[in-house]
Amino acid sequence: MQIEYTEDQEQFREVVSRFLQAKSTPIDVRRLMASNEGYDQAVWQQLCGEVGLAGTHIPEEYGGFGFGPIELGIVSEEMGRHLYCGPFFASSVMAGYALLNGATEAIKSAILPDIASGDRIATLVLDNLNNPEKVGSVLKANDEHVVSGTAPIVVDAHIADLLIVAASTSDGLGLYLVNADADGISIKPEEALDPTRKISRVSFDGVSSERIGGLNEESLNLTWDQICNALAHEMIGGAQHLFESTVEYTKVRVQFGRPIGSFQALKHRCADLLMELEFAKAATHHAAFCLATSEGEPFAASMAKAMASDTYMEAARAGVQLRGGIGFTWEEDTHLWYKRAKSSEVFMGSAHMHRERMMKMIEIAPSHNTGEQP
Amino acid sequence: MSDLSAFREETRAWLVENCPEGVKGEGVVHTGSTKVTFPPDVQLWMERMAERGWTVPTWPKEYGGGGLSVEETRVLFDEMNAMGARPPLVNMGTRMFGPTLLEYGTEEQKQRHLTVIAQGGAAWCQGYSEPGAGSDLASLRCRAEDKGDFFLINGQKIWTSGAQYADWMFCLVRTDFDASKHSGISFVLLPMDQEGVTVKPISLISGNSPFCETFLDDAIAEKRDLVGTLNEGWTVGKRLLQHERSGQGGLSPTAARPKPVGVTIDLEVDDVLKDYVNDPSITPALRDEVIDWKMRSAAFRLTQKRAGEQARDGKTPADTTSVFKLYGSTLARDRQEIVVRLMGTQGLGWEGDSFSKDEIGAARSWLSSKAVTIYGGTNEVQANIIAKRVLGLPD
Repeated sequence: MQIEYTEDQEQFREVVSRFLQAKSTPIDVRRLMASNEGYDQAVWQQLCGEVGLAGTHIPEEYGGFGFGPIELGIVSEEMGRHLYCGPFFASSVMAGYALLNGATEAIKSAILPDIASGDRIATLVLDNLNNPEKVGSVLKANDEHVVSGTAPIVVDAHIADLLIVAASTSDGLGLYLVNADADGISIKPEEALDPTRKISRVSFDGVSSERIGGLNEESLNLTWDQICNALAHEMIGGAQHLFESTVEYTKVRVQFGRPIGSFQALKHRCADLLMELEFAKAATHHAAFCLATSEGEPFAASMAKAMASDTYMEAARAGVQLRGGIGFTWEEDTHLWYKRAKSSEVFMGSAHMHRERMMKMIEIAPSHNTGEQP
Repeated sequence: MSDLSAFREETRAWLVENCPEGVKGEGVVHTGSTKVTFPPDVQLWMERMAERGWTVPTWPKEYGGGGLSVEETRVLFDEMNAMGARPPLVNMGTRMFGPTLLEYGTEEQKQRHLTVIAQGGAAWCQGYSEPGAGSDLASLRCRAEDKGDFFLINGQKIWTSGAQYADWMFCLVRTDFDASKHSGISFVLLPMDQEGVTVKPISLISGNSPFCETFLDDAIAEKRDLVGTLNEGWTVGKRLLQHERSGQGGLSPTAARPKPVGVTIDLEVDDVLKDYVNDPSITPALRDEVIDWKMRSAAFRLTQKRAGEQARDGKTPADTTSVFKLYGSTLARDRQEIVVRLMGTQGLGWEGDSFSKDEIGAARSWLSSKAVTIYGGTNEVQANIIAKRVLGLPD
């Protein structure tokens, strides 16, 4: 198993980074977060077409590049660093992985190439984004594939062409395909604390749909892990940006006749942050290396998500605190990352949820099902 | 077969033949001290390994080392670990002073001291801290006067680990009282068995006495045992500290660990903890603490591994050693906190029948762990070093 990036992978990062540095500046982020769509169509098309990022982890047979979780991690890390606003996470990562793990061959061949090329935007509709064990508790589908129920938070549903819906059935969790404009669907954009990632409330009032597969416990957990891997990388990228910009700020901001970075209280906070970041980064990269080979620890993705969540929030808190008054103004950019840190912290499960999930995986928690099997 | 796998085969065969049963599993490790009698197997193991230079496998052969590459050394440790063999020799000579002398010593000094260290013929102690110079080490006042052939040394050293068993001391002394505090320091070596040296053990809160006070009253260090340039000993002394910290963080190749440190993460709960963690009455909050600790320690090992890869052959520890010292010591301290907390009132034993050996051990370890965030430079000093050297924050 890898423990470091290869030279090719480092070069790939360079390409992604250069593109995002030019196309996702804080000025762009502010413009997009104030818009209804929340993304720039021209940039999205370039990102999918010229740079080809939307198909990073999608196999070549489905029109993608055939890379894996490591390269997807690299893309996600750079997107987090530059706070990219667009449907990459919802369409490529969330919907893409759900289709790859749960859809029929015919559907994969029909839809994934459009996701990879960006011609169509998809999103994954889960009724719970906090805990994989709770998925399927609200959205239901009957034997005629009629879907009912409400998913309170769906990422980028307002711009999606296709909804990939996970709904519970008489035989487990089914995957359903619905056009976003189908009868009986209501997509209501919600104002969110983090305006850089748009969310909607999506209701299904007896919507006729197509059953395209299903997710069993194993494939649901794999999907969850793969999404967490991408999200953890995104968070590490964001944390890295906050860390670097904050340390730089303490070198130039002068109070009491000296740079505030010369004060020990601030030095120690920066040093602590460096360590938290380095160790969370190691855990996150390790998760990608594990997923890439299907080897390593089953809990690696949960560990990455837990550590990245805590670290991003800590970097965000320090980013505001160490800037003093300017840190909590709208004019200064820190709050853009601060808000993304908060939404990422809880998306796909909080640090506590993931630690508990790890505990169960390594079976050092008291077992709750030690009773006799029927 | 690659050279490395051939080396692995040969090494394994040799170890199977030569590693005595008495050095497998937990137990005594040879320190090189001439004042201690070691169990026969421990002595034999050290001698056999020393013959091949494998007490200090990465050192050059001409100074008693094994001349092995980093990869070969890793193979050797893997194989030793696989059979549960303890390190043949661990002391401040092998881990800290030796690597420093390799860099700063004269040919004559290397010939004279390194070979003895490699053969387990001397234990060393560290004359650094003084009652008035702890975190602010450079303010040390132990005075060395130039007497022609030798230095006459007067002052007091403290926290000299293992001084009661040491044969030699490497020592920071002030040779110029007029220069600025970093500029008047020299790095000298002196034998412990002389009239001017008095050692007194210090009792610690854990009931152990691993540290001493060492009084130097007209102690003598020969001129040929000045390491580096006169009055420029601070450079040598600082370098040695990097080796010390990397050893504490587990980066040093001579710091063979009881378990192999691989790419995979080991989240197994060790035996002492297992019963407590599996107790159904453990609260979710405490369980969260346990898993959080395990996660952080796993990430620490992954980072060490990555740093090790980046360091490659021969590249010596740099300022990042402070990162490992700070985080590693924090993890060690936190672990002991969690362990005694898990034990509840069973973690209150000092002696007696109400407590198991493990429980008493845990309580004692909890007390001795208070030292890890202080010795080798406090966590606060490490954070200062990181801020300055790694982050470039101003003074």
